[in-house]
Amino acid sequence: MPSADFPESRSAVADLKARFPRITDRPSLDHPAVNVPAAEAPALLKSLKEERGFDMLVDLTAIDWAEGASPRFTVVYHLYSTERHDYIRVAADCPDDSAPVVPSVTAIWPGANWHEREAYDMFGIRFEGHPDLRRIIMWDSYPYHPLRKEFPLAGIETELPDAEVAGETGAKLIPAPMMGGPFVASPGKINMSEAEPGAKDESWTEKDEKP
Amino acid sequence: MAAEFKYPDAAAMSAAGESETEKMSLSMGPSHPSTHGVLRLQLELDGEIVTKADPVVGYLHRGDEKIAENMTYNQFVPYTDRLDYLAPLANNMAYAIAVERLAKLEVPPRCQAIRVITAELARISSHLMGVGAYAIDVGAWTVFLYTFGEREKLYRLFEELTGARFTTSYTRIGGLARDVPDGWLRRVVEFCDQFLPIVEESMSLLTRNKIFMDRTVGIGVISKSDAIAYGLTGPNARGSGVPLDLRKDRPYSGYEQYDFDVPIAVNGDCYDRYLIRGEEMRQAVRIVRQAVEKFPDGPWFATDARKIFAPPKDKILTSMEELIQNFMLVTEGPQMPAGEVYFEAENPKGALGFYIVSKGGGVPWRLKIRAPSFCNLSILPKVCVGALLTDIVSILGSFDFVMGECDR
Amino acid sequence: MVSANTDLVYNSKIEGDVVISRADAVINWIRTNSMWPMPMGLACCAIELMAVAASRFDIARFGAEVMRFSPRQSDVMIVSGTVTYKMAAAVRRIYDQMAAPKWVIAMGACASTGGMYRSYAVLQGVDRILPVDVYVSGCPPRPEALLDAVIKLQEKVKREPSSRRLLSA
Repeated sequence: MPSADFPESRSAVADLKARFPRITDRPSLDHPAVNVPAAEAPALLKSLKEERGFDMLVDLTAIDWAEGASPRFTVVYHLYSTERHDYIRVAADCPDDSAPVVPSVTAIWPGANWHEREAYDMFGIRFEGHPDLRRIIMWDSYPYHPLRKEFPLAGIETELPDAEVAGETGAKLIPAPMMGGPFVASPGKINMSEAEPGAKDESWTEKDEKP
Repeated sequence: MAAEFKYPDAAAMSAAGESETEKMSLSMGPSHPSTHGVLRLQLELDGEIVTKADPVVGYLHRGDEKIAENMTYNQFVPYTDRLDYLAPLANNMAYAIAVERLAKLEVPPRCQAIRVITAELARISSHLMGVGAYAIDVGAWTVFLYTFGEREKLYRLFEELTGARFTTSYTRIGGLARDVPDGWLRRVVEFCDQFLPIVEESMSLLTRNKIFMDRTVGIGVISKSDAIAYGLTGPNARGSGVPLDLRKDRPYSGYEQYDFDVPIAVNGDCYDRYLIRGEEMRQAVRIVRQAVEKFPDGPWFATDARKIFAPPKDKILTSMEELIQNFMLVTEGPQMPAGEVYFEAENPKGALGFYIVSKGGGVPWRLKIRAPSFCNLSILPKVCVGALLTDIVSILGSFDFVMGECDR
Repeated sequence: MVSANTDLVYNSKIEGDVVISRADAVINWIRTNSMWPMPMGLACCAIELMAVAASRFDIARFGAEVMRFSPRQSDVMIVSGTVTYKMAAAVRRIYDQMAAPKWVIAMGACASTGGMYRSYAVLQGVDRILPVDVYVSGCPPRPEALLDAVIKLQEKVKREPSSRRLLSA
């Protein structure tokens, strides 16, 4: 239940600090979590897998803390132990903010292959040592990384992936019409005037017809 | 007496100069009757045997995670329905519990019991679809029609409870949309009573059927270590002998009070995965019966969550304080503390996880959906190699994945 | 048939086993009552499409018996589910491969206008790439709504001047 304790995992974390002195505690509301420098992440994860019994990588994802924050990207790994049934979270900040690169963990878990491809696709984080780093969710020639904070939800105008169909129909990837769209959009504290119902992004309105 | 079939050894044949073969590149999908949605498999074939398989996903990517960063927690509930659109109530429950973990909010036992009943009915619905679609892929129309008939009965139950046949959007953060109507529980038990003989009948058309067994036994074998290495969960993992079931290992929403078994198979082939789904349906009926017997009274929403759950409608319309509270909840969203949580629930397809990073307020900073189908499909490049082309259809059906979840 | 088979109009003893009608009527009657769907089942609406094809809301009653996934053998494409930009190319190609006469039903909110997915990856309505004949609203539409759409399409086809097009083609 919400405030369950994980004595085995917490003791595992305490032991790890002896071997990997540069890891720090990460505040977390549920599972034990540690921060680790990106270069040491594969070694730490391998040690967690082989010595501490966290044999399953359940999730590998990234967080974008928005332009201006440094470090800007954080890669987060969630590991699960099939014997003890508990989780641990490992977070690694990407050293470079404009061209983030972290080492890949596909050698430890082959299942990380697709997760890393997705993180590359959505955030632009390169994984060094990945056998086949290409886009997985968007099409290969898509020029942007959608989950970055400066990328608008409506999208940016681009060409369709298939030139033949684009020529035939004249269709393009246009920004989605957000007229009257989601009217609360600021995480954190917002003031009432911003929270009033109103479109934040108006690509077209009643007066400006749909293209 | 038929001789045992030996796969032709292409390398030996071409080395001996017996035949010149060229590999053929075949794109299976994205619009294909057997790919269960918009999955594209880029195959390289040597005759009938697959030498390379590269799944291309993303044809149903709708931008859910980016949308979540712009929606309040309650506004995002309809999007969770459409992740695994075969069992929407289970997704709703997983999401609601994940956000409640963020707020460290406990819902009362009645709410938990209703969530368990709806999640198990959703499990039955999803496995009926899984078995039915698998049957139709390998050529058995009748099973599909029987299972869809049962799904229609479940749709009637869901519609009475939530208003929609599926895509129900039933849970809210801190509770549910509404309480169970009168007589619904009795109808659920009536459904369970008439359901088991029908599922036995439908499965008996397949379980000892020689044609079905030829198409599924020994096909698509996944070893236990592979299942763990690729992050497989749900019936796919249990089919390979991995004893993982979050309802037993890390009980949530009151699952610890119900007595049920979890089927685990040892061979890891398509037949085992099919059998596990059938058995899970029977166990789900067991859980539903127990939940209805033990059904507690009391509130169906968290009563001490003023900034999270909306007050009752009659109070909103008559009292100023509740009106303001409702207004704040709708415009700013349920107020959550800053922090991170990760919660996984045992969905019919596997473990559906939500990783929520919150900076406070009513809108998440980052919401990652850990989709079981995404992880289950990642093993396809390994499993498909060496199989016949027709076995690919059988393997895909046995995985029972949903592209809405995989691509989000 | 243009007129009912009543004694006022037609008497088999006099006219024999021959029924006279307009070419339009015959052609449209044939087309409407055997309209085979090409199910472009993409997302959740595809499940309701399957429910329409199953026993309770049988679409075979309306002539749409055969849900062939082959574009060459089908008449109406039922786009059910969200069309993403990545998938749009495949949908258009399959539409091009269908033989004339062909129609399109946009089933559900996502196919009609993009639905509740106002995002960077979703085509805001399949009518940006295909000519749609009938739009069905709902998320997902009830099977009865889809059957209503099939009936409306049948009525639309009955009004078409088919023989003129055939002869002038």
